[in-house]
Amino acid sequence: MKSAFTKTKAAAVTVTAIAALPLILSGCGASSPAASGPVSELTVVDYYNNEPDKTVIGDTLVACGTESGVTIKRETVPGKSLIAKVLQQASSKTLPDVLMLDNPDLQQIASSGALAPLSDFKISTDNYPQGILSAGTYKDKVYGLAPTVNTIALFYNKDLLDQAGVTPPKTWDELKAAAAKLTSGGQYGLAFDANATYEGTWQFLPFMWSNGGDEKNIATPETAEALELWTDLVKSGSVSSSALNWTQADVNDQFIAGKAAMMVNGPWQIPVLDKQSALHYGVVNIPVKDSTKTAVGPLGGEVWTVPQTGNKAKQAKAAEIVGCMNSDKNQLAMAKARNTIPSKSTLAAQFAAENPKLASFTELVKTARARTGQLGEDWPAQATKIYTAIQNALTDKANATDALKQAQEG
Amino acid sequence: MSAAVQSRLHLTVPETQNDAGPRRPGYRRRERIYQWLFLAPAVAYLVLFFGYPVVKNVLMSFQDYSTGTFYTGEAPWVGFANYVTVLSSSLFSTSLINTALFTAGSIAGQFVLGLALAVFFKRKFPLNGMLRSLLLLPWLLPLIVSSAVWRWILDKDSGALNNFLESAGIISTGIPWLTSTSLALAAVVGVNIWIGIPFNVTVLYGGLQDIPDELYEAASLDGATGWKAFRHVTWPMLRPVVSVVLVLGVVYTLKVLDIILGLTNGGPANSTQTIATQSYALSFQDFKFGEGAAMGNILVLISLVFAVLYLRVNRRAVDE
Repeated sequence: MKSAFTKTKAAAVTVTAIAALPLILSGCGASSPAASGPVSELTVVDYYNNEPDKTVIGDTLVACGTESGVTIKRETVPGKSLIAKVLQQASSKTLPDVLMLDNPDLQQIASSGALAPLSDFKISTDNYPQGILSAGTYKDKVYGLAPTVNTIALFYNKDLLDQAGVTPPKTWDELKAAAAKLTSGGQYGLAFDANATYEGTWQFLPFMWSNGGDEKNIATPETAEALELWTDLVKSGSVSSSALNWTQADVNDQFIAGKAAMMVNGPWQIPVLDKQSALHYGVVNIPVKDSTKTAVGPLGGEVWTVPQTGNKAKQAKAAEIVGCMNSDKNQLAMAKARNTIPSKSTLAAQFAAENPKLASFTELVKTARARTGQLGEDWPAQATKIYTAIQNALTDKANATDALKQAQEG
Repeated sequence: MSAAVQSRLHLTVPETQNDAGPRRPGYRRRERIYQWLFLAPAVAYLVLFFGYPVVKNVLMSFQDYSTGTFYTGEAPWVGFANYVTVLSSSLFSTSLINTALFTAGSIAGQFVLGLALAVFFKRKFPLNGMLRSLLLLPWLLPLIVSSAVWRWILDKDSGALNNFLESAGIISTGIPWLTSTSLALAAVVGVNIWIGIPFNVTVLYGGLQDIPDELYEAASLDGATGWKAFRHVTWPMLRPVVSVVLVLGVVYTLKVLDIILGLTNGGPANSTQTIATQSYALSFQDFKFGEGAAMGNILVLISLVFAVLYLRVNRRAVDE
């Protein structure tokens, strides 16, 4: 009898030990928070795993490390797995010393308590436009700063527009007319990304915002008008219904192949576009409903943050790196190398003069809005509602007004 | 084993003598320990990689598990709130129906085509081996590659399939395979059938190899050839393999995620949204981990129904 008991107990002990293993394993990886003294190495995590970004960011990080007297141990992860990794690291207390986040994710991570406010380290937030600061702000504290930012605009094929005698559209009516005129055979007037992801939402935002639409409540006539514009363009055949499934990269491919005369896209496509010697393109603001409205773009770009690792000395050094990444010199150099826009307002004019191709984007980011500016950590749920409404309207499941109403009510 | 060692064992664990039988109790006990030692790696593996996640997932579905939980470790218990939210969402019925259609369609297509190909390749003909190995290609490709290639093939305007159909004069304008709410699910099922065929062919072909040729010879003497031979010899002999293929197929297909995400992201207008994609979206896009876990558990329950069915069918077969 007793033997049987001992046996079960032994088994129970074994099982408990094994069950506890993940906890022990994760515990082992944690840096001892109390340890202080000279800091010689900092860990960095970002998702710039494509060229030229990978090298440009990497070199800048190393240079900043040298300035602060630390070596940088950098890890680049695929964009889609960054958040999963950060959450996993947060639960096992193994967050990196310096962390890059896509700006709409910042508030989500900051709300978890994993980030240190930059005001703890006296990093200056002067000279940043409001949109950029609000993207990095959670509950009145700035947690992340973006050295360079981007937004989206309207690219047009100069040759195709010239042939058709069309000038780049400025208003929605002009856009519809131009797109219709540029549609023939296998060529569509316009291409955009209306797919069932946050990319679809992001592409719709300039139309919604410039017309006075509000992400807090999408069931408004202003947003419905913007969605009707998209629906009209697809129904009339000026935009392929494939837009429902295209990514921004697909849209770019259509534009390069001459199958779309205009497209909604961002400056990160410029290196690819410039490789096409036969392609002549221009960039203008995304058309607004009428001349009384101003273009408002969504703000893109990644912010650098200092996670709460518990090691004060390392956090101070990490803050130096974040500050260095955001220095005037580095902002200008990285923006030029990566075809993005320096975020500080004071640098914009100089940058636009030196990089005329990016001039429209430089103008646009001044007034660009952060996706999380109003909703903060509630943004992902609302962004899902927006692309759901877009998909329902474009597939004719509901008209624009109803689609938005249904989505808003969930 | 020496007597000295035995007696020492007796000294340390004298109790074993009472219930471990009259002969060589120390030996029995040691044997037990060895048995456990051999089992330990497997048990450890199961507990670590299957038990822990399953238990964790069940617990998570009863908690308000947010991004903050990962840092603070605090996740308040909310009872069945996550299940209520998930089940009462307007999307749930769509996802459930799509999951059923996707699974039934994929399984039917994979199995029928797989079986036909397996029977076809049972004959001996030139290039048989090479063709059979080519058939495995869909299985070898990473799913993300397959879905990217198929997305390109099925594109409405510049897709290879529509180009082919147009040049053959079958259609005049491109068919919106992936962007029409009525076609997208069928297109996704089609791609999943393509991916599932190698598995079905391989297992069924293996099953066919086990049917002795003598049975066919005897059947042909009785006049059973061709379809009759299949009906009266192949099918009954293949049944155990068939049930394995079907049940595994259902369980694999229920949880398919990457193909759907790669092809349509659940769109257009949720027409290809399944419970699996919905669970993924809740957890990793909306950061509602509790609801995502609840959705995942519903999927596990559905899979369990099929697993139990499978066990019952098998037990009956053994009993007979």
